[in-house]
Amino acid sequence: MKTFLAAALLCLSFALPVTARADEDAFSGLTTTQFNVIATSVSQIAQEGGPRALPVLRALSDHKLFAAKEGDGLFIQTDSGWQDARTGAAATPDPEMVRPVRLNNHVRQAVAAAEAQLQLIAGTPAERQAAATLLYQRHDPAMLPAIDAALGKTDDASLKTMLQDARAATLLTPGAPPSDEQTQRQAVATLYAAGGLDARGVLTQATTSEALAPATRKDAQDAVASIDRSLRLWGFGQDAFYGLSLGSVLLLAAMGLAITFGVMGVINMAHGELMMIGAYTTWLTQRAVMSVAPSLGSFSLILAVPAAFLVCGALGILIERGLIRFLYGRPLETLLATWGLSLILQQVIRSLFGPTNVAVITPSWLSGSFHLGGLEITLNRLAIMIFAIAVMGGLMLVLRRTSLGLEMRAVTQNRRMAALMGIHTARVDALTFGLGSGIAGLAGVAVSQIDNVSPNLGQNYIIDSFLVVVFGGVGNLWGTLAAAMTLGVGGKALEPIVGAVSGKILILVLVILYIQRHPRGMFPLRGRGVES
Amino acid sequence: MNASSLSFRGASVTAVIVVALTAVLAIGSLLPASSPIQISPFVITLAGKYLAYAMLALAVDLVWGFAGILTLGHAAFFALGGYAMGMYLVREIGARGVYGNADLPDFMVFLSWKSLPWYWWGSDHLPVALILMLVVPAALAALFGWLAFRSRVSGVYLSIITQALTYALMLAFFQNGFGFGGNNGLTDFKDILGFDLHSPYTRAGMLFLSALILAGALLASRYLVGGRFGRLLIAVRDAESRTRFLGYRPEQVKLLVWVFSAMIAAIGGALYVIQVGIINPGEFAPANSIEAVIWVAVGGRGTLSGAVLGAVLVNLGKTLFTAWLPEMWLYGLGALFMATTLFLPQGLMGLRQRFTPVRPSEVTPEVTDPEGGTA
Repeated sequence: MKTFLAAALLCLSFALPVTARADEDAFSGLTTTQFNVIATSVSQIAQEGGPRALPVLRALSDHKLFAAKEGDGLFIQTDSGWQDARTGAAATPDPEMVRPVRLNNHVRQAVAAAEAQLQLIAGTPAERQAAATLLYQRHDPAMLPAIDAALGKTDDASLKTMLQDARAATLLTPGAPPSDEQTQRQAVATLYAAGGLDARGVLTQATTSEALAPATRKDAQDAVASIDRSLRLWGFGQDAFYGLSLGSVLLLAAMGLAITFGVMGVINMAHGELMMIGAYTTWLTQRAVMSVAPSLGSFSLILAVPAAFLVCGALGILIERGLIRFLYGRPLETLLATWGLSLILQQVIRSLFGPTNVAVITPSWLSGSFHLGGLEITLNRLAIMIFAIAVMGGLMLVLRRTSLGLEMRAVTQNRRMAALMGIHTARVDALTFGLGSGIAGLAGVAVSQIDNVSPNLGQNYIIDSFLVVVFGGVGNLWGTLAAAMTLGVGGKALEPIVGAVSGKILILVLVILYIQRHPRGMFPLRGRGVES
Repeated sequence: MNASSLSFRGASVTAVIVVALTAVLAIGSLLPASSPIQISPFVITLAGKYLAYAMLALAVDLVWGFAGILTLGHAAFFALGGYAMGMYLVREIGARGVYGNADLPDFMVFLSWKSLPWYWWGSDHLPVALILMLVVPAALAALFGWLAFRSRVSGVYLSIITQALTYALMLAFFQNGFGFGGNNGLTDFKDILGFDLHSPYTRAGMLFLSALILAGALLASRYLVGGRFGRLLIAVRDAESRTRFLGYRPEQVKLLVWVFSAMIAAIGGALYVIQVGIINPGEFAPANSIEAVIWVAVGGRGTLSGAVLGAVLVNLGKTLFTAWLPEMWLYGLGALFMATTLFLPQGLMGLRQRFTPVRPSEVTPEVTDPEGGTA
């Protein structure tokens, strides 16, 4: 025991002169190895401000801040070498004699708050907004002075709103400086107006807070109930968006199928594989554009649209001429033959490009999302919805405004009569199949943006797209649209209630039951030639 | 005599051939390992698997060949039968499992379930398992068939909803919470009625039993489709509306053969599980059902024997291909689908008939549909 004490004293006697020698400043705390001292020091740095505060805190959170093993030197590691943390001047510490300043969660939180506090004053407008948002989300009572200071300085309306929200949230947080009932109720009203999950969290806490007056707590309770209602509504909206986007994918996948099935009565089991080839065409186009003109890489997707249509359309005509035309009048045999074809196409792609996923790049103009009220709209899903509508519109135009479309509709309604009227049905069949396949290729382009591109891609869509076609009613594009959206939105609506997989099972069972009641789908085709 | 005499005389011949060949294999596997003609256990397992698949093919042929229902979901009945048998076999493991729990199968212990779900009740008795094996698929088939045939869902529409049915079941069985072992399914079986499943005697016995059951199913199917009912069935297949106007009830005819076929598939599934030793949700995959259809197409649709022949030949091809040229198998299978439909619409049995002089009394059943391709 005595020896231990002696050793401790000895250590102290060495340590003391070191501490004494240092000129104490806010940065000194960073040179210790105790996390709470580091965290306190971080807050202190933020309070004092100064030009070096932000770079040092950034270096700390990036693990680039080093402390001297002896003395209180602080250094930032840069790409080119070292600089002194306090002055920013170049420095040459002995790399053997420095150690990184360590972080734990507590310190990290302190750093985030401190950075926000500093940026509120010194940052760019965007940085200030982000900082205010962070302060709002953390609503740490210790930040109240910083918020007040920033509120006094800013004229920017949106920043001011965010800061006022942050202030309200902070005031209602346990541990905030006591305030009068008027201010508290004002804060509750502000948060209620702000809405959202963060406000709900603060208000929920406020309903049980002893520091608040009973009337304020009642206000908070009402506000929580009201926010819950609106969150639920936005939640429905979000589900509907996801549902519509899923429906658009189904629509793209099913449209081509609907055309070929409607006109020829042929279920093309290789349809999914044509989508897969469309996705691979996208990938190849991207690679080609990247190697020829890398600067245009992000626009390769636009080039991939016609490329996929042409590749798959040509392949479709080839399939019709080489296989399907020998099997007319035997739809079930066609189903088997095209299934065989789908196995071969899968294996061809697997042999050429390997069994694993290939990386199709999402261009920057399709990445990210934006907020619309309480909705989060992801750009790629929005683009697919627009694309699906555009493809459907184009298809409608082809069907209604071109002579090929007229002939296709005639053949759909009554093949024999159409032939008697001089329509070259074999040619119409080939072109229809090409058109349907080309649309499968377009679907492949869309799917490449949201799903893995692998030789198995088609398999994931084929059953769903069959169901869409049959559910909607053959030969009716509006039916296909309605069916795709019903399945998409219905699936997403069931998901939160029963879970993703059970929701899918339920949808399948419901569609099976529906088809039992209405064997020709929602919008059956009526015409003289339609089989009984 | 009548339209179907030729191929169905073949059914009993096929039954005899199957039993005889299997007997040779089974006896061969019991010879000492030193004997040059000893059959390896691997071959016995394969043969057992082929016979189970032949049952499935026979079931598909009954509905597709004779009632014109192209089922793309028959693997569902096969797998349900397999699961019923698998439940019994899993319970037979008892305390010999990894966790040594005598009451609960390993996967339930792993999911920290405390007691058996109600639908596992009685699964430790073979008779209960056998009843479940027949009743569950039959009930599902009856419900599905009653709904579908009553509202005259036919052709590709019916094909697609049978596919959706098996797909939905696959998704359900993949879930752990469904109570059938999720992803991994049921496996690691030890014995059946106290006979060690790994002993060569049990395996030879099971193989021979499978052959007898397959022969029995062949003869039963032949009895079903060979007589008056069979001709009614073919009438429904070839001209459903006409048959209805003649005063028959096509939906009842179809329902009967559909349920009978589901039960044959289920028995096949049970035999599969005993001999292959595993059942998992992958057996429900729509692709499996479609493959079963091609076995029938290759052998010859509407001939009973053709289904057995096709199932054995295609699977033998698959075994050989995947061993020698694994990446070529899908090309082979795909080409088989296309070539059969294009060049061999009557299958191998049709080929045989093409080279035998047809006597006026022996007209082969017509499989193409005169009503304009609604099949």
